[in-house]
Amino acid sequence: MHPAAEADWAIETRGLSKAYGSVHVLAGLDLRVRRGSVFALLGPNGAGKTTTVRILATLTRADAGQAVVAGHDVTAARSRVRRAISLTGQYAALDEEQTGEENLRMMARLRGHSRSAARNRATELLERFALTEAGRRRVSTYSGGMRRRLDIAAGLVTDPQVVFLDEPTTGLDPRSRRTMWETIGSLTRAGVTVFLTTQYLEEADRLADHVAVLDGGRVRAEGTPEELKKTVAAQRLDLTMTGRSAYAELAGQLGERALHRAPEELVLGVATDGSAAHVRTLLDELDPTRAQVAHFSLHSATLDDVFLELTHE
Amino acid sequence: MSDLADCTVLAGRSVRLTRRNPDAVITALVLPVLLMLVFVYFFGGAIETNTGKYVTYVAPGVLILCAGYGASMTATTVSDDMTGGIIDRFRSMDTGPTAVLSGHVAASVARNAAATAAVLAVAFAIGFRPHAGPAEWLAAIGILLLYITTLSWLGAAAGLLAKTPEAAGGFTFAMLFLPYPSSAFVPIDTMPDWLHGFADHQPVTPVIESLRGLLLDQPTGNSPWLALGWCLGLLAVALPLCAVLFRRRTG
Repeated sequence: MHPAAEADWAIETRGLSKAYGSVHVLAGLDLRVRRGSVFALLGPNGAGKTTTVRILATLTRADAGQAVVAGHDVTAARSRVRRAISLTGQYAALDEEQTGEENLRMMARLRGHSRSAARNRATELLERFALTEAGRRRVSTYSGGMRRRLDIAAGLVTDPQVVFLDEPTTGLDPRSRRTMWETIGSLTRAGVTVFLTTQYLEEADRLADHVAVLDGGRVRAEGTPEELKKTVAAQRLDLTMTGRSAYAELAGQLGERALHRAPEELVLGVATDGSAAHVRTLLDELDPTRAQVAHFSLHSATLDDVFLELTHE
Repeated sequence: MSDLADCTVLAGRSVRLTRRNPDAVITALVLPVLLMLVFVYFFGGAIETNTGKYVTYVAPGVLILCAGYGASMTATTVSDDMTGGIIDRFRSMDTGPTAVLSGHVAASVARNAAATAAVLAVAFAIGFRPHAGPAEWLAAIGILLLYITTLSWLGAAAGLLAKTPEAAGGFTFAMLFLPYPSSAFVPIDTMPDWLHGFADHQPVTPVIESLRGLLLDQPTGNSPWLALGWCLGLLAVALPLCAVLFRRRTG
């Protein structure tokens, strides 16, 4: 073991690969997640996010490559990893016909707490996740947001070092999503490392210290949300063309320079620093006859741009 | 940490979930009792046995039938766990297959013990009068428990094999059907000849014969040993089968 490295990284993978039949879900995945940080694995459906989480949480074995979680190899020291992590999957892992409190007590007992310790822990967690009232009701009566909160609480019965959240807000309404973000934020304040997957760029932007964009089983880009946005361009100038032929002509002229293409709306986007001088120069350059651009607008780059840029076909 | 402690927690969970599922309570408790009443009052008058009242003949058979229903429920509950998200949580908490499955089986045995008590109580009320001493009772209960445990493990295997809980229920058809072509409800010698070979040599018959012999103080012959052999043999198949199926299911 390397004490220095161990102190830095909560998760480290090298060359993780996994295929189901002829489908290569992961094709050599390298990741590093700093201890105590929030890491977001961002990707479209089918990118391999859930498979990654399942491998890191010891539920699925990789075909090749290595993964170390909380200082232990996920294959060689599976039990040690399991004692250091918690997993909240996409589908609530709760008993519908038990109350919230009973679910938590059961999980705590399975984690080796005595009967009374389990009861105390359940009470504590219900309070922390604003579920004290609901704790006495059966889970089948819960809203989607409450269910997710309870699901996360169930993972925290024994202070894990690394918490895996697989698409924690998929299917939640905007208000519950916001509450969930607060919940996730509060986890890291306790020094826990959070590894979450999401298809929502806003979510990664909001929560994560570090983002990796996953597509086709590989990391296409990674960095802080800010760094990733810079790789695209600080600002984007969107030009709405006057007609199809104008659009086609400019699209051809721009080629790779077009950061954004929306043929339906006749919009093309190019990088700019956002200064008046640069925007004026661009307009003169791209529309010398002043007859082909109808409107323009400026956008701050979003993770959406990064995402689309990196994952487009 | 230990499997035994986990098993206790999970058995408690299964029992609680059964209690909260009205269908399950009806299947586990009411159905066997109803079946006995049907056999005794609807069919009983037409059936000649050598035990005097038909209820005395049929009560052990109903206990066996009841065990089949109970075990089939194990298949469904195991399958429910395997198809929902909860098995991932259990695994990620290092709660192993031994604890998960034996929790279901322990709950099944507890459920069936309650159903057995209910069936016996009703049987007594409608005229079942066994002639067994404490030793015979103990032996009969032991055999019944072993039979229930065996069927429950087979049910657990079916639950692991089935893709959906509904299919799991279907797998257990054999368990529900086997008591009929046995001496559970009518003496085998009243069945057509071609059925004798099967009825005499299938696992349910020696279990029934042992229970009946022990409770009614009749000669049991080698039935208890055959019953023991069948149960232990089936367990020896079911346990490793569960281990293999669980691994395949979660691989």
